[in-house]
Amino acid sequence: MGTFQIDFGEDRQSKIVGIDLGTTNSLIAVMDLTGPRILEDAEGRKIVPSVVSSLPDGRLVAGEAARELLLTSPERTVYSVKRLMGRGVNDVREELKLFPFRIASDSESVIKLQLGSRTYTPPEISAAVLRQLKDNAEAALGEPVSQAVITVPAYFNDAQRQATKDAGRLAGLEVLRLVNEPTAASLAYGLDKRKEGVIAVYDFGGGTFDISILRLHDGIFEVLATNGDTHLGGDDIDNLLLRIAIEDIGSDGGPSIAEDPEGVQRLRRAVIAAKETLSFAPEAKISLDYKGTEYQRLIDRSLFERLIAPIVERTLEPCRACLADAKLTPEDINEVVMVGGSTRIPLVRTAVERLFKAKPHTELNPDEVVALGAAVQAGILSGEVQDQLLLDVTPLSLGIETMGGVVSKLIHRNSTIPASATEAFTTAVDGQRNVLIHVLQGERELVKDCRSLARFDLKDIDPVPAGFARIEVRFLIDANGILNVTARDARTGKEQSVEVKPSYGLSEEQVEAMIQESFDRAEEDLRERQMREARVEADSILLATEKAQKSEAWAHLSPEERGVIEKAKAAIQAVYNGSDYRLLNEKIEALNRATQSLAENMMNSAVRGALKGTKID
Amino acid sequence: MSSSSRNFYEFFGIEPKLDLDESALQKRFYELSRVWHPDRFSRKGPEESARAMENTAIINDGYRTLRDPVRRAEYLLTEEGFPIGEQRSKDVPPELLEEVFELNMALEEMRSGDESARPQLEEARQKFVSMRTEIDGQLKSLFAKYDASESESETAKQALHEVRGALNKRRYVENLIRDVDKALNPALSAAQTSED
Repeated sequence: MGTFQIDFGEDRQSKIVGIDLGTTNSLIAVMDLTGPRILEDAEGRKIVPSVVSSLPDGRLVAGEAARELLLTSPERTVYSVKRLMGRGVNDVREELKLFPFRIASDSESVIKLQLGSRTYTPPEISAAVLRQLKDNAEAALGEPVSQAVITVPAYFNDAQRQATKDAGRLAGLEVLRLVNEPTAASLAYGLDKRKEGVIAVYDFGGGTFDISILRLHDGIFEVLATNGDTHLGGDDIDNLLLRIAIEDIGSDGGPSIAEDPEGVQRLRRAVIAAKETLSFAPEAKISLDYKGTEYQRLIDRSLFERLIAPIVERTLEPCRACLADAKLTPEDINEVVMVGGSTRIPLVRTAVERLFKAKPHTELNPDEVVALGAAVQAGILSGEVQDQLLLDVTPLSLGIETMGGVVSKLIHRNSTIPASATEAFTTAVDGQRNVLIHVLQGERELVKDCRSLARFDLKDIDPVPAGFARIEVRFLIDANGILNVTARDARTGKEQSVEVKPSYGLSEEQVEAMIQESFDRAEEDLRERQMREARVEADSILLATEKAQKSEAWAHLSPEERGVIEKAKAAIQAVYNGSDYRLLNEKIEALNRATQSLAENMMNSAVRGALKGTKID
Repeated sequence: MSSSSRNFYEFFGIEPKLDLDESALQKRFYELSRVWHPDRFSRKGPEESARAMENTAIINDGYRTLRDPVRRAEYLLTEEGFPIGEQRSKDVPPELLEEVFELNMALEEMRSGDESARPQLEEARQKFVSMRTEIDGQLKSLFAKYDASESESETAKQALHEVRGALNKRRYVENLIRDVDKALNPALSAAQTSED
């Protein structure tokens, strides 16, 4: 069907979308003439739960549909996968005790999750959420979407950022920029706010905590310092309540509810509902009908606050460190912006107010503000937004391993990005061809206390006596907060080849293979759909033929003609349940041809019949 | 190709002085960022985007270096052929020898859990902090001396030589303060490391 397109007489480029890929929920937004706007799905929902489930046929579904499957097929459904992005199995051992993730045994530097009969890496799972968001956006905008800005916690390290970028690629999105969540939020708030001043963004989400301090100056949003904890969020509060409820319910001699994934998921929902109620009511009930008995537990605000106080306190430590890094005191902060669902909790608000001595802003929906900010950043990239510019920083120091397992820092935390450092390396042995550089992220002095990022292998160095080679290595953290390394032989001026071995995360080849596989999968899906369509076609022609065989026209056919038709029918039935839609279509076409004269005869008799009762003037 | 091959002063279009107007530098930083930030080039070709990223890295590295008086001085010394690299913190300034000896004993006691060394360390910290303030004052007048001298002149070279001496002493004192802080409050300093 053709549609009208209004031509504005300009070189129209497709929209860049802004995506908040959250631990619990995800949203997609776009910049309009009037400002950023969240795009809804066909049912008018803005939020896509970050839940992914694998269907029996191996396809992944994400969002609301997967959230429902969390109850009925918990063993093939995952949530909060953002906690696993860019991490190794050893990093998440503690969390696995509380999350029903099933880690496949062949997980090494990249975690693999078992969902049904297949395993998936965290980027593949996140890609399913992104694909759902992309589909929603394409339906809402009526045009294809291929470029995106995706937000990440400010305190995400290189591997976590790279994993997010990989997820985008797997979902068929070109990720033009990764933006830090608190910074994105400040963009959304900054639209019609004061033009000058220092603001703190306190971002307490489902699974991560960030604090960023920015200076606003005439449309420039300059991040002065950032800090956080990528494993601290509303999830931790849920787990706290969940543990109490599980203990309450006990086991009565039988197996505990903790052993029953479906039971745990239903209890989790009940716990979350109670937590949310406690944000506006003085008390709430955790209630669950479990195996015929009704569990009920009343929790009042003061008990809740006593329970979560240590978690809230854990968010304040990074805030103090961030102030110190920005060389500011709480009195220097003009405004505080609250982001993330967990900032609805009254205790969180009072704690933040007390620390910064300023009443926090809560005007914008804390669930939506990050996605709105991502859309503003998308507008900056597309040129729609001209007067604003974000200058962000790298959250962690970057260094290289030196003698004795000590880290030598090259780029310090809170450096404005892009940031770079150049370091010269030489060889230790005559004729040495390779130099291996171990790059780490973190603030501590020893290698064992920092996060290994990657090993860079300088290859094919010209064989010269020891100490004669001079390889200049350039470490550049780009605007996404991701490290790029290039090297040059200072003696010859030649570009030096560098092989990257990421410590955690997928290699370039693995990502390529996954993209290829998803193409193959899409082809398979397409073939299946075409097969189903062909069968529908076959059903209708078989039905029509059978009808015709009962008509008067059938009797007028020669036995040979009838034989050809019967044969053609049989041919369709023979390939009907196969997988080759082309073959089925051929047979359908053959039956079509064989029944042509039959159809004409029927038509003629029908016309004759019709004419009998009609008088033509 | 490497950022160090472009002189930060030149890139910012300011004279290579040791003392400079920090608010003017900030203004220049914002202006240059508006022109060169990669966000402005995301729909341009790969070559232009790469150039934008390179230039923005220089702008950011340059601003970080020039806005801090100590880093700025270290940078200018290196550019003028007075590298400070090797002798950073090895040699104890002679006038501090005795002090450092006593300090190290107190630090040992503190680290082994002997709280009685705390008052002594706190007192030492006070002393080093005021010493640092004193050095900063010296640096300020040395900066003025260099800036007033003719470039490449003997006065200029002498000034840079003295700046280098003051910077090395400052770094030494700075490290002492850090060591004391670490001993006094191990938990806090685990999260926060030195600036350099």
